[in-house]
Amino acid sequence: MSDGYPSAAQLAEAVEGFLREEVMPALEGRLHFQALVAANVMAILQRELADGPALHSAHTERLAELGVADDQELVAAIRGGAMDGRMGELLATLRPSVEAALAIANPKHLG
Amino acid sequence: MAGVTELAESLAAVVADSLQVASVEITDLVRLSGGASRESWSFDAVHDGVVEELVLRRAPAAISDAIGPTMMLEAAAMREAARVGVPSPEVLFATADKEPLGGSCIVMRRISGETIARRILRDDAYAGVRPKLAAQCGEILAALHTMDPEALPPMVDGYPLDGLRALLDDSGVASPMLELALRWLELNQPAETRKVIVHGDFRNGNLVINEDGVSAVLDWELIHLGDPMEDLGWLCTRAWRFGGVGTVGGFGEYDELFAAYEKTSGRPVDPKVVKWWELLGTVKWGVICIVQANRHLVGGQRSVELAAIGRRLVEQEYDCLNLLEELT
Repeated sequence: MSDGYPSAAQLAEAVEGFLREEVMPALEGRLHFQALVAANVMAILQRELADGPALHSAHTERLAELGVADDQELVAAIRGGAMDGRMGELLATLRPSVEAALAIANPKHLG
Repeated sequence: MAGVTELAESLAAVVADSLQVASVEITDLVRLSGGASRESWSFDAVHDGVVEELVLRRAPAAISDAIGPTMMLEAAAMREAARVGVPSPEVLFATADKEPLGGSCIVMRRISGETIARRILRDDAYAGVRPKLAAQCGEILAALHTMDPEALPPMVDGYPLDGLRALLDDSGVASPMLELALRWLELNQPAETRKVIVHGDFRNGNLVINEDGVSAVLDWELIHLGDPMEDLGWLCTRAWRFGGVGTVGGFGEYDELFAAYEKTSGRPVDPKVVKWWELLGTVKWGVICIVQANRHLVGGQRSVELAAIGRRLVEQEYDCLNLLEELT
């Protein structure tokens, strides 16, 4: 078995190109917009395939620094008041995770 | 197209009765949009050499009864809004019943102008009006907050944080940033400045803009009782700036909005209270992103657009992060 060739990211890039270069010019109105959204989703997939794994392992390490195993635990701790008084630390710790996730979802929104 | 012909005949009778004229002819009846819970139809009613430009907003027959009370609330809101000087389409007819127009509905005058934010913020046609919009919004909101609750059916008066938490819990999504913002909002809630009628969705997209400025405020279905600063904060959330640089709707600045509101209402605006509502609005936007994605994921409404909106949650988390750093 070949080892995923072309790669998932390369396939997503091919679909994105097809949507932008062939499908969108042939459509108008609602379908044109939906095709644009679909192309943008393909771009998200490519960024996630490239940067997602590093983001997730770094985020898990940051959660460990805060003393929780996952987002669910952190959410419960925040809601229960166990994190009150640690706002500055939480914001500083979560910022790199949020920025990395935004760089995948919509880099234009950064800044 | 029998349905359209029948609708035109029913409209002719309703409009003639509303305008108190002997008869009208309905022309150019066209469906504008296919929202899931509302249809919009545009048409002209001609009588005595006069052309009345009108719109029908109608609930689909299947959900007519469920939407009926909201439809009546919206109609009453637009009438009361017009009375206090909020630019608003004149309502000619409203009913919660399926008859005579096939669904609970409102017939009102058509307003000319633009609602698409990207055009309002970027097209040359609106370059002259953009600098006036933030102050106009302040004046309009000051008027809106004088609307008389007695003129309307009973309205929701709830604690906003509880509803957002319940929606988050139901969604199955764990967002530490939204949760952190909700916790801060809970611990730092300002005292209610006043209890008034709040529009609830006063922002780009619901404001019709022409060359003179705001020509109408639309979409009154989220009207409720609450703190007037909620409307100012929602207008300022980053999501409603559509990439524009201005802190108010992408077209203006806080100072212009606040000064105009203070001058018209005679009441002070505390920027910190508005900022509290801006953060709450950002959390609300994040919750909406999740709810929209779930309509596709679990709600049976397959749509790549709804799925993609889910990823906009990260934008709201990022905006919450920046607002919390500013506030703490």
